[in-house]
Amino acid sequence: MNKDKVIFAFFIVLALTLNFGFFLGDIDNPEHHNVFEFFAAITVSLICTVLKFGDRTHLGALMLATSLVADLQLVIAACIWGYAVQVSGVGMDASNMSSVVSLSGGALLANIISVILLVVESAMLRR
Amino acid sequence: MNNILYLLLRRLRTPLIILIVVYSISVLGFVLIPGEDDQGNVYHMDFFHAFYFVSFMGSTIGFGEIPYAFTPAQRMWAMLSIYATVIAWLYGIGTSLALLQEPMFGRMLRRRSFKASVKRLNEPFYLVCGYGVTGSVIVRQLVRRDVRVVVLDHKSDRIDGLEMDELSLPVPALCADAALPDVLDDAGLQHPNCIGVMALTDMDQTNLSIAIASKLLCPDRMVISRTESDTTTANLNSFGTDLVVDPFKTYAQYLSLAAHAPYMHLVYDWIHNPFHRPLSSVYQTTKGRWIICGHGRFGRALYKAFDESDVDLTVVDLDGSKNKDLPHQVTGVGTEAVTLSEAGVMDAVGIVAGTPNDADNLSIIMTAREMNPKILTVVRQNIHANKLVYHNSRADFIMEPGRIIANRILAHVKSPLVPVFIEEMLKKHNDVWAHTLINRMSSVVGENELDSWAFTINEEETPALMEAFEQGEELKLSLFFKNPHNRNRNLHAFPLMLRREGNIDMLPGELDQLQPGDEILICGLNKANRRMQWTANNYNVLQYILTGNDASNSLLSRLLQKT
Repeated sequence: MNKDKVIFAFFIVLALTLNFGFFLGDIDNPEHHNVFEFFAAITVSLICTVLKFGDRTHLGALMLATSLVADLQLVIAACIWGYAVQVSGVGMDASNMSSVVSLSGGALLANIISVILLVVESAMLRR
Repeated sequence: MNNILYLLLRRLRTPLIILIVVYSISVLGFVLIPGEDDQGNVYHMDFFHAFYFVSFMGSTIGFGEIPYAFTPAQRMWAMLSIYATVIAWLYGIGTSLALLQEPMFGRMLRRRSFKASVKRLNEPFYLVCGYGVTGSVIVRQLVRRDVRVVVLDHKSDRIDGLEMDELSLPVPALCADAALPDVLDDAGLQHPNCIGVMALTDMDQTNLSIAIASKLLCPDRMVISRTESDTTTANLNSFGTDLVVDPFKTYAQYLSLAAHAPYMHLVYDWIHNPFHRPLSSVYQTTKGRWIICGHGRFGRALYKAFDESDVDLTVVDLDGSKNKDLPHQVTGVGTEAVTLSEAGVMDAVGIVAGTPNDADNLSIIMTAREMNPKILTVVRQNIHANKLVYHNSRADFIMEPGRIIANRILAHVKSPLVPVFIEEMLKKHNDVWAHTLINRMSSVVGENELDSWAFTINEEETPALMEAFEQGEELKLSLFFKNPHNRNRNLHAFPLMLRREGNIDMLPGELDQLQPGDEILICGLNKANRRMQWTANNYNVLQYILTGNDASNSLLSRLLQKT
């Protein structure tokens, strides 16, 4: 058992599950989407990106790309959230919530691809 | 490029993760810890404000406690977070600075910028491997002729030395092992503008691998290599290396020429050496008995060369047993008067101090000169740093392998016709002929450097002449030697050789008719070369030289003249 691999896989899967957990629920209902879960999803996604740094293989490059996509989507979602609550003066209404959740849905897709790549990589290992 | 980026990212992995974790824990703490607003109600900071606060706290800017004054619990958490974030930042910045200072990182950066500057070269250039004595002389001379050069050497102090040499053209240089093909590739081995590769390191094995790599990757490219052993020479020649220079053999030939044909020796010297010997240095009494001290590589090459020219020889060597077949030999180093007098220094015309030890060599010639003041002295210099003492040793010839190789290679680079000329001269002509030639050279250049260059009459090198041929004009060799500023004046140059379809005409007359495809070797002042390029390239200048007519010869005016 390789400790590095465990940590690596743990964070990638965790990023997916947190993202999924946040995404679950009605798309425009703020009650169904927890802000702490969203925060955890962003943090874990950023850590995943850094963990994927410096891998020179083709698969490594693909994984880094999916991670960057997830980060981008989540950070934009966070910006919308912050804007809706702090700046717009309207508060978290249904339209803002649905754009945040749909962006996190995009990040969810990227995270799924990332996990698929992880599975492919381990399937290629002949040990 | 990619290597550096990957290295940077890989090293920064831990600091970045620590930074993310510390920041997120701090933010989370501020969101969870209850605060108090200005009315005394319980208040929870949201993520937006928590991140705002942590951002300016972590970067030690500190705008104060916002949006309301903190409770003691929040202050406690802020204190912890300050230390945690500052340490995380220090660790991250420290790691990246340490990475920048690492020698490996510097090497990668240098390699990268070297590769990029070689790639950008859009003029023909030579790749010189090895920047020792030979390499530095060649690079300096090539740069003086405005030829671009790329340098590789495995010693970093030599590359530093190159930067100190203040050459007039930028010379990309890299400290790396030239025997590795990927290094050679970065240095432009496959670059379309690379016109020649020179393997000048002091290791035969390295030179061999450079030559092989070059010949395999680009079979048509010129490869020049130095060598110090016969097996390597044979090996290099076996796959078509264009020029292989063995310093000992080259110098032995040069010296034996001095012994049996002093004027030919001078011609050779003037053509090869930028700082040629004065005319008055001809030694009349070179025929007779010579003493060779040291029967190593140099001694053996010299013995062979002298033997061919029927000179009487005595060999002085420490180990007398290894060469029993030599007719005259004395055992000893040659530094003591006893050994030298046994070798017959009193009635010898010359002595060659050719041992691999510089101090011994100097001692030999000093002792010999004390015993026989008229003796010719030839001394071998092994270490370049001894230049000063050798310069003041008043020896007649100083044999320094590095310079010999450099001069030989430079002659080849000037024009491949130079070696052909020398060979032809040695084969077909005698010393009287050489005496006339050297007088002519001397009257043309005097004390200045005798440069030599060549023209091939073709579209590429002499477009003006080809155009004149198309017009049906007859051209004579003399047109090259007229001054384009004033056709009544001659340039300081004269033709050495004309090669037409393999037939060689030595010192051709200036009234000879030219034909397309002729190769002409010319010697003279470097200034004359530049003037001559005018004539060869500009049709108007050519017309002025041929007819004295300074009119414009554009296509239109030519058509008008015809009608």
